Amino acid sequence: MLEIKGVYKTFNPGTINEKKALTGIDLTLNEGDFVTVIGGNGAGKSTLFNMIAGVYPVDCGTIKVDGEDITKLPEYKRAKYMSRVFQDPMTGTAADMQIDENLSIAARRGKKRTLKNGVTKKEREEYREILKKLDLGLEDRLSSKVGLLSGGQRQAITLIMASLMHPKLLLLDEHTAALDPATAAKVLKITNEIVTENNITTVMVTHNMKDAIRLGNRLIMMYDGKIIYDVSGEEKKNLKVQDLLDLFAKASNGEFANDRMMLS
Amino acid sequence: MTQVLQFIQSLPSPIAQGFIWGIMAIGVYITYKILDLADLTVDGSFATGGAVLVVLTTKGVNIYLALLIAFATGCLAGFVTGIFHTKFGIPAILAGILTQLALYSINLRIMSGKANTSISKRNFNLIITSSADELGRTILICAIFVAVLIGVLYWFFGTELGNSIRATGCNQAMARANGINTDSRKIIGLVLSNGIVAMSGALLAQFNGCADINMGRGAIVIGLAAVIIGEVIFGKLFKNFALRLLSAVIGGVIYYIVIALVLKLGLNANDLKLLSACVVAIFLGLPHWKAKVAAKHVKNDEKAGAQNA
Repeated sequence: MLEIKGVYKTFNPGTINEKKALTGIDLTLNEGDFVTVIGGNGAGKSTLFNMIAGVYPVDCGTIKVDGEDITKLPEYKRAKYMSRVFQDPMTGTAADMQIDENLSIAARRGKKRTLKNGVTKKEREEYREILKKLDLGLEDRLSSKVGLLSGGQRQAITLIMASLMHPKLLLLDEHTAALDPATAAKVLKITNEIVTENNITTVMVTHNMKDAIRLGNRLIMMYDGKIIYDVSGEEKKNLKVQDLLDLFAKASNGEFANDRMMLS
Repeated sequence: MTQVLQFIQSLPSPIAQGFIWGIMAIGVYITYKILDLADLTVDGSFATGGAVLVVLTTKGVNIYLALLIAFATGCLAGFVTGIFHTKFGIPAILAGILTQLALYSINLRIMSGKANTSISKRNFNLIITSSADELGRTILICAIFVAVLIGVLYWFFGTELGNSIRATGCNQAMARANGINTDSRKIIGLVLSNGIVAMSGALLAQFNGCADINMGRGAIVIGLAAVIIGEVIFGKLFKNFALRLLSAVIGGVIYYIVIALVLKLGLNANDLKLLSACVVAIFLGLPHWKAKVAAKHVKNDEKAGAQNA
């Protein structure tokens, strides 16, 4: 379903700030895979995420979705295939627009935007039903500006937006990292429900190793711009946090002690 | 007392001008408030609108058709700025300045090299004029223009396309993640804005009885002043989009009444632009200072809280 072959990316090449962010990524996802991605700071997780989404071009390599080569497509055109939830709750929604307007914009992902009504009555009813299920009290606030909502509520809205059009691929970039633990747990629960109910192929970048093990059917560890560990099925289910720490220590020659990974 | 009466009697003229500039302010509202771009093209496209209307009308073109063509030329100017900004990667403010500069030459070309081209209401059927006995009619016609324009924009910014432009102005990352071509949306916004600005210039040229190469100088400042005055006075009251557009128009009217007042009080007309710039600078600074004061209060409250604890 998603096929990444030989992707390299270097930032500021030839300068003192040169950073080899991705050094040869090969990754194939199957339909319905829910992959968690872990790795220390600067391992290339976010770069990989942004390469798939098309935020900036790759140096070389190809990215295919369902056999279609999307390597050269600009970001907005790739949105037809995939949806995203970002780390910063402010990024995924338009603060000055109403909840229903935000949802309606996501409902037209990959479609031509015409001079038809931006939000129809029927849509508003649908959104009300969907938001009711969230149980965040948002179903009565369809006309509220999203900027008035809390970070957790905004992240929940972004998740709903991302799932509205049944994307082929859902990309989650540490989407609970900026939330307090209770809210993060709630958003993760919603995430899991949405992904499993709709059987969406999902890539979730996270810093939390427990979440990485608990959620999804496959786990990838990145280090220094490469995928150094890829595990799925039973083997993944039986993983312990300590196993991951040991693996990481081995890969990084013990320098992991300073890393944010220790926090999780 | 008689002076106050005189002033009140002279009000229709600034009110009419305020309405015309209010239409221009609606154009500025689209770029400045909706797209979050400061577009300086308007200083040029305003004069373009005036020049096109006057030249075409004096050549015998129907005045409504001439108005439409003035609108279209404004759109073209906005399109050029949009291309400079999105395809050439030039910052919006500089892209606007470049188009504005180019328009100075173009406007002179339109007026066959003359800095000023007059149009007489005696020889042509103008839509609006500034003669005292027709001011009431002029204000009414401008009000109709405003009403229709606000109605059309209210509808447009509620459509799928309009929403995508609003999303682009609000959060580009979100817009692109949802498949919106943010470059094209910025261009559409700039085209629409400058079309409206040119139309406003075409109306002012009729009101003034001439098109002038300098008629758009500082237009952006007047447009911003109208938008900001409207926002400061009605911001808390008007939440609806149509009412917000209306508040920009009323802001324009208030601006011109205040200008008429300070001129009456003896201000030298040459100092007007200085005054306008200062007023806009202060109003633009207000929210910044407000935020600073608010932050200070929070800090003091925290200190007080810590001492109480």
